[in-house]
Amino acid sequence: MLYGNNIDTDVIIPARYLNTSDPKELAAHCMEDLDKTFASRVKPGDILMAGTNFGCGSSREHAPMAIKASGIACVVAIDFARIFYRNAINIGLPILECADAVKECREGDQLDIDFNKGTIYNVTQGKTYQTFPFPPFLQNIIQAGGLMQAAKKTKPEGRV
Amino acid sequence: MGMTLTQKIIAAHCGRKRIKAGEIVMANVDMVMGNDITSPIAIREFEKNGFIDVFNRNKVSLVMDHFTPNKDIKAAEQCKTVRCFARDYRILHFYDVGKVGIEHALLPEKGLVGSGDLVIGADSHTCTYGAMGAFSTGAGSTDMAYAMATGQVWLKVPVAIRFLLKNKPSKWVSGKDVILHIIGMIGVSGARYRSMEFCGNGVSSLSMDDRFCIANMAIEAGAKNGIFEADEKTEEYEQAKRKRTMRYTADEDAEYEKTYEIDLSKIRPTVACPHSPDNTRAVEEAGDIPIDQVVIGSCTNGRLEDLANAAMVMNGRKVSKYCRTIIIPATQKIYLEALEMGFITTFIEAGCAVSTPTCGPCLGGHMGILAKGERAASTTNRNFVGRMGHPESEVYLVSPAVAAATAIAGKLVSPEQLGGF
Repeated sequence: MLYGNNIDTDVIIPARYLNTSDPKELAAHCMEDLDKTFASRVKPGDILMAGTNFGCGSSREHAPMAIKASGIACVVAIDFARIFYRNAINIGLPILECADAVKECREGDQLDIDFNKGTIYNVTQGKTYQTFPFPPFLQNIIQAGGLMQAAKKTKPEGRV
Repeated sequence: MGMTLTQKIIAAHCGRKRIKAGEIVMANVDMVMGNDITSPIAIREFEKNGFIDVFNRNKVSLVMDHFTPNKDIKAAEQCKTVRCFARDYRILHFYDVGKVGIEHALLPEKGLVGSGDLVIGADSHTCTYGAMGAFSTGAGSTDMAYAMATGQVWLKVPVAIRFLLKNKPSKWVSGKDVILHIIGMIGVSGARYRSMEFCGNGVSSLSMDDRFCIANMAIEAGAKNGIFEADEKTEEYEQAKRKRTMRYTADEDAEYEKTYEIDLSKIRPTVACPHSPDNTRAVEEAGDIPIDQVVIGSCTNGRLEDLANAAMVMNGRKVSKYCRTIIIPATQKIYLEALEMGFITTFIEAGCAVSTPTCGPCLGGHMGILAKGERAASTTNRNFVGRMGHPESEVYLVSPAVAAATAIAGKLVSPEQLGGF
């Protein structure tokens, strides 16, 4: 699933759907104002690829939630808007920044991603791309499945 | 190498003498905020992960401003979640219908945020409080949950871009025109992940309302935050609202990625055309654009000075027959002050609708949604596709003075083009 630059949070999940935070409902309307076919075409394990400044606009966590709930396994963009970037990490949605991969991959290509190493292998085209993996602090959060999960592991006080 | 203003504040909140751009730190927050859309998710995460109390019930703000007064059953259910949480956990700063204001106008007004604070909010326009010399930034619901539980937030220390503001803005030019001009110049990702630090001799000519507007829209250039150093105007604003604030300044030898010089006197009334806040031009060069709806309000431009500017333009005139004009004072205090000063009378006599404080139409929530093919001129902060309603509607972002002139003319004009002053 390949999209362009400045994909903003109003097209990822329009405000008219923000009166719910149910992941299934959000997934049903993901990318609706940009691509009505997204919700019906997307399959679990698909990769969403986009240009620069992906996720710009609002801080709504509903945006990465909708993407994660729709089955997308990883978002690869040239770069991310900052609030979307941190929200994706905090909810355990894998994201990677790799301009070369975005420029050369085509819709429908089969990809194999090693998230911990930051490696993207395009099976269809037989090309490999290397990007920077996250620093240990953020790897920790993603591996735990999100910020709150990582917090539970390291901060026993405050738990019931 | 010295630290920027933003870096100084972050360092102070993680007990470090020195921090560097690119580092990831864990900082203590002075305030964590959420609204009726973002708090329910935060609350769910907080309770699901077994946290039994907030870190400090005086440092959490819950503001029910987006879909209130509740626009439908789902919105009511979302608010109910927050209302119950506020009651159960005895949250001091809980604001609901009748007492609520738009969050980024309300928190400074109530003295809940101040110079030198580190604030995170589950709303992208949390950067607004940088106007007072605070480090404040938008984050997500999970960040909010984590901060409510621990009083901390993880931050990547940003690099700064400096904006040297010179001279004074001319008549009819306000903070909105300045920030639209800047975003048009650098683009919606021109300050991505950066601090936008505003300084120079032009700052003293900008009122607090101008500075709130400028800092508010820093996110529209992709910035982590926008910030002004506190000065006499800040002190005057904060007097009687806050007991204690800290003043920070950037080091002399702080390094900036870039410096832009902005001559405020050369800026014209500016419009951001559909569908991006960086699609800007002078209003006078925008062409003949009929407008169906005007909105004057929001966390960007719903403050008293904004209403004063709009009232000055509308005084003694009527809005165009086919242009619906909606005025939304940002807080109850502003609403009362506007009433006392006769602005509300001016607006109603001109043919405007005046609403209780709400974010409403800014994000296409309620209180003024657009149909297919309709165009709005609005003092809000974003105009992406579908922002205010139908995906085939259009939003033009302008200042309150331009919005008011546009309402009178029924098409996009500046006060100078409207004439008669």
